[in-house]
Amino acid sequence: MSNYPKPTNEQLLDIYRRAITIKLNDERIIKEMMSGRLVTPYYSARGQEIIPSSVMPNMNDDDYLCTIYRGTHDMVAKGFPLDLMWAELAGRVTGSCKGKGGTMHLTHPPTGSMVTTGIVGSSMPIATGLGWAAKLKNKRQVALACFGDGACNIGAFHESLNFAAVFNLPVIFLCQNNRYAEHTSMKKSSRVEQYSKRAAGYGMEGVTVNGNDPDEMYGAAKWAINRARNGEGPTLIEAMTFRFNGHLLGDPGHYIPAEEMAAAKAADPVPALRQRLIDSGIADGAALDTMEAGILVTIDAAVQAAYAADYPDVAELKRDVFAHEIA
Amino acid sequence: MEKMNMIQAINRALHDAMEADDTVLALGEEVADPEGGGIVGVTKGLSERFGEDRVLSTPISEQAIIGSAVGAAIGGFRPVAELMLMNFSTVAMDMLVNHAAKLRFMSGGQTNVPMVVRTATGAGLGTGGQHCDFLEAWFAHTAGMKVVIPSNSSDAYGLMRSAIEDDDPVIFVETIPLLFGPMETTLEKVPLGKAKVVREGSDLTIVAYALMVHHALAVAAELEKDGLSVEVIDLRTIAPWDRETVLASVAKTGRLLVVHEAVKEHGVGAEIAAVVGKELFGKLKAPIDRLGAAFCAVPFSKPLETAFVPNPASIGAAARALLA
Repeated sequence: MSNYPKPTNEQLLDIYRRAITIKLNDERIIKEMMSGRLVTPYYSARGQEIIPSSVMPNMNDDDYLCTIYRGTHDMVAKGFPLDLMWAELAGRVTGSCKGKGGTMHLTHPPTGSMVTTGIVGSSMPIATGLGWAAKLKNKRQVALACFGDGACNIGAFHESLNFAAVFNLPVIFLCQNNRYAEHTSMKKSSRVEQYSKRAAGYGMEGVTVNGNDPDEMYGAAKWAINRARNGEGPTLIEAMTFRFNGHLLGDPGHYIPAEEMAAAKAADPVPALRQRLIDSGIADGAALDTMEAGILVTIDAAVQAAYAADYPDVAELKRDVFAHEIA
Repeated sequence: MEKMNMIQAINRALHDAMEADDTVLALGEEVADPEGGGIVGVTKGLSERFGEDRVLSTPISEQAIIGSAVGAAIGGFRPVAELMLMNFSTVAMDMLVNHAAKLRFMSGGQTNVPMVVRTATGAGLGTGGQHCDFLEAWFAHTAGMKVVIPSNSSDAYGLMRSAIEDDDPVIFVETIPLLFGPMETTLEKVPLGKAKVVREGSDLTIVAYALMVHHALAVAAELEKDGLSVEVIDLRTIAPWDRETVLASVAKTGRLLVVHEAVKEHGVGAEIAAVVGKELFGKLKAPIDRLGAAFCAVPFSKPLETAFVPNPASIGAAARALLA
C-alpha cells in the first residue's frame, strides 16, 4: 500500500471534517430515535466513517453513488444536503424523496446519490449500469457501488463484477467489510480470508485495505478511481472496518465477542484521526472544536426544520408511481 | 403497407428508435450481430449499424442485464434489455420489481427508469414447464411497471416505439407462436394503454390479447353463422389496461368473456372481471366468465399441451354458454 498516493495535510483535514460530520449526524439520529421523536429503522455506520470520508474527496458531484440501507455515511461524505436528509428521515414532504423513500432509499442526484437500496447487494448491478452510462457519455465519470461483506455472497456480486470486467466499465466496487453479515461472522460465510481475492476470478484488480486508515483508504480509492476515469476498468476494494451499533439499531450484538467490540471501540478511527491532526500540527484542538460546533449547529438546524415541516399529502400515494398519474 | 412478420416489425422499431435517439441502447444475451442478432433475429443488424458500445451481447447474467439497464436508464439512457424467455425474469425479479418499478416513487420522482424489457414466451412448441409461461399478471400487479403484449406486426412495431419513448419501465412480451407469420404491417406508433376493438359485435364482448385474439376472432366468425354477434377487443396493453374501451363495449353487449393464455387463477382476467362487474352491476345479461390455461405447469406431451391453453373450441363453448 505504500506506493498509493497519500492525502495532503489539507486533504486529511477534509477527511476529518467529513468523518466527524457523519459521526455527529449518526449520534443525533440515535438520540432522536431514543427520544421517540424519530421513528425509523436505522442501520448505523458508526465506526465506518473513515471509508467514505477518504473515498469521496476523489469523486465529483456528477460521479455516481449507489449505496445500501447502511449508507447515510456514504451520502453525507458525498455531500448529500443534511436538511434534505433529515426531512426524509422524518418522513416529511420537504425530504429529498418527499418522505416516500425514507432511511433506506435516500436519493439525491444533484450530489450523485442515485440509488439507495434496502436489498443486500443490489447496489452493484445498478452501479454497473451507471458505469455503462458513464462510459457512453465519455466524460470521465465513474460509478461507485457500496456494499457490505455479506453482499459478497449474493449472486448480484458475481454477475456485476463479471459484467463490469467484461465491458471494462468505470465502476469501483467498495466492500465495506465490517466483519459481520447481519449476525453471521465472515468466518462462517466464506472460505477465503479476503473477499478482494475474488477479483482475480473476474480478471479484475482487487485490494484489501484498512478502511479505518485515511492514508490507505484515500490512496486506494484515488488509485481505483483514476483507473476508472482513465478507461482502465473496474476495481474491487475491500475496506476492513467495524460497526459499533450492530446490524439494525437495537441489535444487542450477542454474536460479537465482547473483547472484539471493546478493541474496535478502543481504536475508534474518528477520534484517532482527530488526535493525529493535533499531534502532527495539522490543526489545533480549538480550531477543531470550532469546526465541530459549526457542524452541530448545521445538524440541529436540519433537525428542527425537518420536524417543523409538513407530512406529505395523502395524494402523494398516486404521484410518482408512473410519469403520469394513472387513476 | 408492407408484409412483415413480428420479428421484422420489432427489428424495424428498434432500428428506427435507435436511429431517432442516440440514447436508445440494446443489451441481452446474444443480441449483437457476432452472436446472431438474437436467437430469432429480433436485434439483427443493430450492432453493425450502431456499434457494440450501444448494443451489448452480455454474459448469461439476468440480474446484471436488468440491473445495468436500470443504471443506464437513471443515467440518462433508454435501454432495451432482452430477457430471452419470460421464465428467465424469475432470476431478475429483484432488479425488476424492487428497483425498476419502484425507484421513481421511492425517490419522490427524482429518478426514473425509462427502460423496455423485451421477453418472449408462449406454449405450443413443446418447451415444457420453464420456457413458455405467461407471467404478465405478476408485473401488472407491481405498481410502477407497464406491460404490453402485441398480437400482430403493426402493433408490435407501434407499441415498441411507444414503449421506448415512455418514461416508465415497460415489459414487452413477444408471443413466440405469433412471431413468424408475415402480415400487412403499418409502421406507426401505437399509444400505450389503448385497447383496440378488432371486430365489432352486439351480443358478447371477448377481451383477449396475444394468440388468444386470433382464437377469439375465429370464434366470432364461427358464431356469426348462427346469428350471434361477438365483439373482440385486443387489450394490447395489460397494465395500465384500457377500462374505457372495455366498459363501453360491455355496456353495449351486456356480456363479457376474458381469455388469456396465462393460468386463470389470480390472473389478469380476474381484475378485468372485478372492475366490469362492479361498474356494470345490474346491466349484465350474464355472469362474466374467464378462460385461461389450466392451473399446472406447462406440460410437454402434445395432447396435454394442446388441452392446457384455451383454444377456439373451448372459447367457442364458453361464448355459446354465455349467449344461451
